[in-house]
Amino acid sequence: MTDTNTNTDNSNLTGTIIDINGPIVTVHMPGVRSGAQVRIGNVGLYGEVIALKGERAIVQAYESTDGICPGEAAEDLGWPLSVELGPGMMGQIFDGVQRPLENIFAQAGDRIPLGLNIVALDREKAWPFVPSDKHEPGKEIASGAILGTVQETQTVLHKVMVPPGISGELLEIAPIGEYKLDDCIARVKAKDGQVHKLKLYHRWSVRRPRPFTSRDDGVAPLITGQRVLDTFFPVLKGGKSAVPGPFGAGKTVVQQQIARWANADIVIYVGCGERGNELVDVLETFPEMTDPYTGRKLMERTLLVANTSNMPVVAREASVYVGMTMAEYYRDMGYDVVMLADSTSRWAEALREVSGRLGQMPVEEGYPAYLASRLAAIYERAGRINTLGGDKGSVTLIGAVSPPGGDFSEPVTSHTKDIIDTFWALSKELADARHYPSVDWVGSFSDHVETAAKWWSQDINKTWQARRAEALSLLSRDAELSRIVNLVGPEALSSPQRWVLEGAALIKEAVLQQNAMDSIDTFCSPAKQFELLDLVLTIYDLGAEMVELNVPIQELQELPLLGQARRLKSSYSSEQMDRFKEFRGEIDKVFNSIRLEYAKQGEAA
Amino acid sequence: MSAKEYCTASAARGGLLVVSNVPGVAFGDRVQIRDDAGNNRNGQVIRCSNEEVLIQVYEGTDDINLESTWIRFLDEPLQIALSPEILGRIFNGIGEPKDNRPPIVSSVLRPVGAGAINPAARTYPKEFIQTGVSTIDGLNSLVRGQKLPIFSGSGLPHNRLAAQIVRQAKLVDQESSFSVVFAAMGVSNTDAKFFEDAFADSGVLGNVVMFVNLADDPPIERLALPRVALTAAEYLAFDLDRHVLVVMTDLTYYAEALREVATAKGDVPSRKGYPGYLYSDLAEIYERCGRIKGRTGSITLVPVVSMPSDDITHPIPDLTGYITEGQIVLNRELHSQGIYPPVHVSSSLSRLMKDGIGKDDTRDDHPHVASQLFALYARALETRNLASIIGADELSERDRRYLQFADAFDSRFVGQKETEDRSIIDTLDLSWELLSMFPKDALSRVSETEIAKYYNPAE
Ligand SMILES: Nc1ncnc2c1ncn2[C@@H]1O[C@H](COP(=O)(O)OP(=O)(O)OP(=O)(O)O)[C@@H](O)[C@H]1O
Ligand SMILES: [Mg+2]
Repeated sequence: MTDTNTNTDNSNLTGTIIDINGPIVTVHMPGVRSGAQVRIGNVGLYGEVIALKGERAIVQAYESTDGICPGEAAEDLGWPLSVELGPGMMGQIFDGVQRPLENIFAQAGDRIPLGLNIVALDREKAWPFVPSDKHEPGKEIASGAILGTVQETQTVLHKVMVPPGISGELLEIAPIGEYKLDDCIARVKAKDGQVHKLKLYHRWSVRRPRPFTSRDDGVAPLITGQRVLDTFFPVLKGGKSAVPGPFGAGKTVVQQQIARWANADIVIYVGCGERGNELVDVLETFPEMTDPYTGRKLMERTLLVANTSNMPVVAREASVYVGMTMAEYYRDMGYDVVMLADSTSRWAEALREVSGRLGQMPVEEGYPAYLASRLAAIYERAGRINTLGGDKGSVTLIGAVSPPGGDFSEPVTSHTKDIIDTFWALSKELADARHYPSVDWVGSFSDHVETAAKWWSQDINKTWQARRAEALSLLSRDAELSRIVNLVGPEALSSPQRWVLEGAALIKEAVLQQNAMDSIDTFCSPAKQFELLDLVLTIYDLGAEMVELNVPIQELQELPLLGQARRLKSSYSSEQMDRFKEFRGEIDKVFNSIRLEYAKQGEAA
Repeated sequence: MSAKEYCTASAARGGLLVVSNVPGVAFGDRVQIRDDAGNNRNGQVIRCSNEEVLIQVYEGTDDINLESTWIRFLDEPLQIALSPEILGRIFNGIGEPKDNRPPIVSSVLRPVGAGAINPAARTYPKEFIQTGVSTIDGLNSLVRGQKLPIFSGSGLPHNRLAAQIVRQAKLVDQESSFSVVFAAMGVSNTDAKFFEDAFADSGVLGNVVMFVNLADDPPIERLALPRVALTAAEYLAFDLDRHVLVVMTDLTYYAEALREVATAKGDVPSRKGYPGYLYSDLAEIYERCGRIKGRTGSITLVPVVSMPSDDITHPIPDLTGYITEGQIVLNRELHSQGIYPPVHVSSSLSRLMKDGIGKDDTRDDHPHVASQLFALYARALETRNLASIIGADELSERDRRYLQFADAFDSRFVGQKETEDRSIIDTLDLSWELLSMFPKDALSRVSETEIAKYYNPAE
């Protein structure tokens, strides 16, 4: 699908509206293809043919059908729902069918008018194109080959690729210079003799995954700067992760934190059926915030897709595919892309709504039978791959899930759980206690701890995996002991057991809890993550040793060291690693003096 | 196209009327109906094809005679006339006067279904509203342009709290008050009267528009009411540059009316018989509040949602919580202990608090104090639980301190008088009194500088 070979044979097909049922419109339009984009009614609402029944096409409208009347006309646009891929995407906010919302605001004011015809990418802007020196006219060139580059933003070097499906003899390539999107930058003669004029952008159908050479294994964790994620439940670059949780548990904050702090090249944030203000928050803050890895502004590597909860439901279904296709496009340039979808439940509900209006048989809680396969198909588009151009790129997909009533056994959560490889279960109990992020360490899992461990052991510390395991075991002993306390009271516990409770509390407060709004602790480098974990475990280990020496538990509980350890994360940033060394010295000093004291007492006795 | 008139319907069921062979009727259009008794009813087209048009009748379809009902399709959506004169008036769910005064005459006509606000047109709400209620101001702060519902249950004082908020809400250091849009759906006569009196007593009546559908009014009208009320709110906020506080009660009755119509239409039900689109439908209402770039006015929304059987996971509060920017949860246990307002702070939340509080908005220590109070109270509730199992005497000295804190917090911080208008500074000072029940080392969420400045144990 490129602009150069768009079918024109049936693009003028027209039809007549016969029935309007909310967003589902039936049109008499013989010959139209399933999946075709259509414009319906006198205002020209955008929609997509989702089913055919004889000469009737069932169309889902991306816009409100208020005011549309049977008898009005419909027009087939001749191509499936597709997006424009080229420079000018970064820093933008698009709606669910890739219409530029900032432009719409400038042109049409506060509210989105119906049937607005507006292109996704700016045609007037000139981009500095630098041709690649790898390709010479007269030589063969393959799909996905890099023709040249455009500095899209200060952070992102946009690689202009030969669109998938096109290959042949390179006839001509444009010299270095400024070009607009519609300018021809190369000509390729295909085997069948057709000459393709390539531009800085091309179109791609969103429901068709972009091709690649082969899949590859994930090798490195995606660093998010969030301790409970990176240290306890790591996701790999190219991984598939879900964040389920009841309302207010912190799904959006987790996703926004990842959008801010992940060590990805590109971030695509799809606000799918959620709040308008959450996107505004990103729009207003990202241009000011600095990426800790590049030192550049975060908005330069970020793209937003917004179909907020009050926007038409059907475009919500499209928005996830639109976001994913743009993610794959940057992946094909050899980049590590993170796509965040908040929330996949709203996307699933859009499926349910359409299927209900079509009168399809619901299977569970009103959802159609194809829910599981649609979910699997979208998550399958994530992964680390070898690109057509011979590079490696990845798409990490992180989807929020909003289970009704916070019940994880409902269809969307349970099907998602079967598909993903990292599961960050958010808990209402933790959120209510303001333990944020409210990732529940019992219900969460990561299938990639082993792979992540290789990276941590090489780059940060050899004992990472062991320390992580120790912390988790401390937490599980804590859960067991707390059950006993709740039955018979704390007096029933031995001193070492009580010290376990203290150690676990320290892990929770000094390591797991991380306030996204704290200017220092909002981001935590892997080195600082390990240091905090190790310091807390050191305190626990030394304390346990003291307990063995019969040091009263009370004395240990009252050590000012514990309060200091809790403050550590928000006292010193990732740049002040020497301060943590100092604190380690402090720990040794305190415990040495206790040890000496009790050794003396032991001798005296 | 001009209005079309017909005088027979082919079917009527559950508030829906079917008319056959009416070509050229548009989706969403307004319909006027006169039944054989000569009474007027109002409706809206909710499905249309050349063969058949389905009309949702706001007054219901009881006593409709199919043969002799006069039906007029107006070539326009449901809309209302707006002028500054709406202030001080009372209307029904479709915007007709309910106060025996003449209808509003104005050239400003607005369809009640506004298009979605472009997210790129919004600005992030940040201005702290002081409600004078400590549990809200201190721990779940409301900002201008926020949607913050009150989750309640039957017999709990949500109306009193909502009225107190209306009475006391203001920006710090500013007398500028709010215009109020009051939207009542399915409430009792007593409750409607309570609000009217409350507005009158506080002298704001001239600054209030009321849209009222009582418990014995036609339920389908409730589907139009919030949209009509918000259209008026948008006019006040974005045409007349006012800050508008919209109080809606009770969204549960709205959702029940929606379920009724959905069932009659044969829509596929999802949970508890509510249609799958309940979420999107509620979002259409709630998302109409906010702030818009370049506009002075704002819409702040405080809906009351009663939780059937006090169940917060019931679809109505659940879906509301997924859309709104937090929630204030009232609790039966606190209420039975005589604590007013019985706000359960742990399950309450304000998501927009972060940018509305702190140094330039309230006081530098506010975010940390809030976080510290939440943490201590969470632990204190655990301790209270433990004490109820093993007895308070079995607790360690450290735990007993938590117990005392929980009691003091409930009675002094949560509890206040209905007429008590606490400034945010009073609320923060009170917070420090409570925090000072603990040794400094236990306060790890406030900074050392803040401790030096505000920590002040009683002895
Ligand atoms: N890491 C964190 N640090 C500080 N506060 C947090 C954190 N995570 C969540 N919160 C608090 O919890 C609130 C709710 O979080 P969030 O909006 O992410 O919930 P959600 O799960 O996305 O809810 P919904 O499903 O309704 O969208 C935030 O506004 C914030 O106050
Ligand atoms: Mg969210």
